[in-house]
Amino acid sequence: MRLSRSAKVVLGVITVLVLLFIYVPLMLVVVNSFNADRTFGWPPKGFTLEWWGKAFDSPGVRDAVLSSVWVAVVATIISLVLGTLLALSLQRYKFFGRDVISLLVILPIALPGVVTGIALNNMFTTILGVPLSLWTVVIAHATFCMVTVFNNVIARLRRTSPGLEEASADLGAGVFTTFNLVTFPQLRSALLAGGLLAFALSFDEIIVTTFTIGAGETTLPIWILQNLFRPNQAPVVNVVAVVLIVVSIVPIWLAQKLSGDSVRVSGARAKADER
Amino acid sequence: MTETLAAGTSTGTEEIPAIRLRKLTKVFGDTVAVNGVDLDIRHGEFFSMLGPSGSGKTTVLRLIAGFELPTSGSIELEGKDVTGMAPFQRDVNTVFQDYALFPHMSLVDNVAYGLRVRGMPGNQRRERARDALDRVQLGKFLGRKPAQLSGGQRQRVALARALVVEPKVLLLDEPLGALDLKLRQQMQVELKELQRSLGITFIFVTHDQEEALTMSDRIGVFNNGGIEQIGTAHEIYERPGGIFVANFVGTSNIFDAGQAQSVYGRAEPFCIRPERLRVAWTGEPEHRPGTTSRPGTVTSSVYVGHATQVRVQLDGGPAVVALVPEKLPGRDAELVNRPVTVSWDDDAVVWLPARGT
Repeated sequence: MRLSRSAKVVLGVITVLVLLFIYVPLMLVVVNSFNADRTFGWPPKGFTLEWWGKAFDSPGVRDAVLSSVWVAVVATIISLVLGTLLALSLQRYKFFGRDVISLLVILPIALPGVVTGIALNNMFTTILGVPLSLWTVVIAHATFCMVTVFNNVIARLRRTSPGLEEASADLGAGVFTTFNLVTFPQLRSALLAGGLLAFALSFDEIIVTTFTIGAGETTLPIWILQNLFRPNQAPVVNVVAVVLIVVSIVPIWLAQKLSGDSVRVSGARAKADER
Repeated sequence: MTETLAAGTSTGTEEIPAIRLRKLTKVFGDTVAVNGVDLDIRHGEFFSMLGPSGSGKTTVLRLIAGFELPTSGSIELEGKDVTGMAPFQRDVNTVFQDYALFPHMSLVDNVAYGLRVRGMPGNQRRERARDALDRVQLGKFLGRKPAQLSGGQRQRVALARALVVEPKVLLLDEPLGALDLKLRQQMQVELKELQRSLGITFIFVTHDQEEALTMSDRIGVFNNGGIEQIGTAHEIYERPGGIFVANFVGTSNIFDAGQAQSVYGRAEPFCIRPERLRVAWTGEPEHRPGTTSRPGTVTSSVYVGHATQVRVQLDGGPAVVALVPEKLPGRDAELVNRPVTVSWDDDAVVWLPARGT
């Protein structure tokens, strides 16, 4: 379709405005993390690395970063294993209840975080009697992180022919050799993309985390929430926010580069549903 | 029916067939894809399974390869029962219709795959793969990925990959279907020569009757999950065992029981090939003994290059097609509606049992 000149200009302006609206506040956070003014007056009074230094020295921040990374890594590993197995079974085999399972697997990403959080909190504390800890957070995160891996892998499986696995078996390879030499290499970039998305989802998750985290533990988003309104902590919060932005954006960007449309769709939806 | 089961020409010696199928049946849901197939395929034979799509020929191939398990019946490979074995336990290899080359591997690695999973060391297997690729004239493309090849080249790689592990039987699932006519004809010749020089049993699935006729030692014609007829190309073409085979292999002019009754006084259908019919434009019947003539009217004529297909509606008989190699006595339009006489030798007639075996 050809657009007229004026339509192009109007659409261009709207696009720029929307993007500015999204990214200017983020830039503001980045700038303020270097702002010498404690009250963040505008324009910034001067450049300082004081807040960054403080943030790195703060044991609370360091612990929160480590907890977040640990939770995200473990949740991602669980998601990779379970998501891949699920995708393989649902794509390669026909069995009773396949469509239902397929729906149930994807559902957690669409559920409001509050609902997931309350439900899992109930489950852990009153039914299973498990004390809340970082492990309960990992399990809670895995329920929806799994979906991004699942979506990426199943999209890839749909595009690869099961004939390749038959050819491998035909040439004498057993089930595990076939997975190692043929199936896995086909899935590699989909797994990387799905895994990075899962990591990003888990790393900045706050709602479900609030309901499932043990007393005395903090992840980075929780730490921000707790310190946001403490005046003397405000500058450090900006620094932590910048760290969060970087750690979240880089994997998403990488994931998008690694696999085509499937990631963009599932990734965008995942992020949208998280908010 | 002259030849029923493939055990066939009895040489007197009890030879173990390369493949023996007994009462092989495969049911998918409520569709019977393969229905009690009995078949013996000899050592070193080029055997084609010919049939329309959905006739069960590909399912039989997949059952032999082990990709599907039969609902009932048995499969023997060189006298050994392999019915329940996994594909990787069977000494047969497949050339797939879509080639199924591993897209992430170079040609050498693709071809060396079967040797690799058998534990052959790297240098040795790469050498063997290189030789195999040389044999199919792809020796200079060793490092390429399958995506960088043309369809015909991929086909050769698939062939080299299956043959490098020296299977007892090679299964080919419509391997030439995706190629254009010229390349297909060239590959037909190459495949046939390769099979002859290697002495491996080839089982070739195709829906193209010409392909089956030109390449095969024997052909099994499939229909509705069963085998209609097994025989050499000559037998299948010249002596079709039933109406289905007569129709599917080549063009046939079929006289039903009633029409046969009025021509020969025998109430059984018969068929006769278009090239065995002669058209007398003068309308003069032939009076030689052993020939039969019937009057009719030309309804159309189609020039096909080496001959003209003339369609004639016989008076009180079927519409027949005659292949006329000589020049016609007029332009197509002038010939239509012209009364003519169609004649044939009585020994060109093939009587068809109501249903082939």
